[in-house]
Amino acid sequence: MFDWVTPELAEIFFTVFQAVVILLVTVLLAAYLSLIERKLLAWWQDRYGPNRVGPYGMFQIVADMFKMFFKEDWTPPFADKLTFRLAPAIAMGTILLSMAVIPVTATWGVIDLNIGLLFFFGMAGLAVYSVMFAAWSSNNKYSLLGGLRAAAQTVSYEVFMGLALMGVVVQAGSFNLRDIVEAQSNLWNIIPQFFGFCTFMIAGIAVTHRHPFDQPEAEQELADGYHIEYSGMKWGMFFVAEYIGVVMVSAMIVTLFFGGWKPLPYLDFIPSFVWFAVKTGFFIMLFVLVRGALMRPRYDHVMKFSWLVCLPLTLVNLLVTAAVVLLNTPAA
Amino acid sequence: MEIAFYIASAIAIYATLRVVTNTNPVHALLSLIVSLLAVAAIFFMLGAPFAGALEIIVYAGAIMVLFVFVVMMLNIGPAIVMQERAWLTPKTWVVPAILAGVLLAEMLYLLRDGTWSQAGHTLVDAKQVGISLFGPYLLVVELASLLLLAALVAAYHLGKRED
Repeated sequence: MFDWVTPELAEIFFTVFQAVVILLVTVLLAAYLSLIERKLLAWWQDRYGPNRVGPYGMFQIVADMFKMFFKEDWTPPFADKLTFRLAPAIAMGTILLSMAVIPVTATWGVIDLNIGLLFFFGMAGLAVYSVMFAAWSSNNKYSLLGGLRAAAQTVSYEVFMGLALMGVVVQAGSFNLRDIVEAQSNLWNIIPQFFGFCTFMIAGIAVTHRHPFDQPEAEQELADGYHIEYSGMKWGMFFVAEYIGVVMVSAMIVTLFFGGWKPLPYLDFIPSFVWFAVKTGFFIMLFVLVRGALMRPRYDHVMKFSWLVCLPLTLVNLLVTAAVVLLNTPAA
Repeated sequence: MEIAFYIASAIAIYATLRVVTNTNPVHALLSLIVSLLAVAAIFFMLGAPFAGALEIIVYAGAIMVLFVFVVMMLNIGPAIVMQERAWLTPKTWVVPAILAGVLLAEMLYLLRDGTWSQAGHTLVDAKQVGISLFGPYLLVVELASLLLLAALVAAYHLGKRED
């Protein structure tokens, strides 16, 4: 009955199955994160948070989704139709695609790409268009100001984000994220690449446009910035994309600096997926805490900080890492 | 694999044509981004993933962002679209089109006649690119870096405030 299942076919099915599972888990986690974030912020600020729908407000997200789906999906008549509709799709697509290169465990992952890290940079670079197109097509002063801020900010953080990770690449000798995780078998990169971690954490928050780097949408002065004209599910896509970004950047930090699925010494009886999930969860919490704890700097301060502090720091970090690796390499 | 190449090439050619013929500058830039992505796909197929990734990061991700940034500031309305449409008369595009056609004919002739080697049989990864940049092409890299340094100094001078 099952003799049509050749080994190749079974492998294809398994790969597709993996990809679908990782996609669904990411999106569902991201959607649920909106509730988790509200709950956590409420606890830290001594409030109850959402607690009406279901036990402890667990089904709040279901109610929110119903609301979003049944809202009128309104495209303003003065908007540029093509780019207005394209922007939310770019936001979600690029972020989800970068999730594909992240290896979850030794056997799980969507694609094992030689240039995995560069793929992530490429997708992070393309993600900016979602903000810029949304800002421009809305034909609204506030959203355009948000888009300008996003573009200026992107140019400043993308340079040092790439350089921050080059130290990791030099140590592993590869852009492949699996190789990078394997290179951390003895020592997680957080120790030799501490400055790389600090700068990438900052850049990672900026990639997701989250507080304190949410100048593009700053509620107080721009009234939501680039997605001010969006409603219904198009707005929902921006919203979910932000949370997918949080999940993706957390997973990326874990992969690059905290040994991916590798366990701590003497604790290797715990399955590797649990390690990956717990570490990623920790960084997601950190993202929420940062939002709850810090104030928003002015955006020219952000740019100045990127160029004058982070960029030199990452350059020095890269040079020192390269020198140490060169000294430790036996002469050929 | 070959069909993927033809699809990517067709997208690249169509998108590039739309860059020229589109009257809305932002839509033209969007076409240019699509064209660059299609070219990156061709690089991937030819076994140069590093070049493809750089094409996406540098051209589509960084340079085009600046283009879009500038065009966004220009406050383009229907008036500009009309103006563009008025400019795109046969008188302006016939001569460049003939020149491009001559180049195309020349390229087709060389392709038909030539003894070329097939691409895509070796994988050119980041390491090989690095080795050739710091080996045989070292002088060119240094010259390019001098040029960039000069541009940097000039930009700093132009952007400097008087006070």
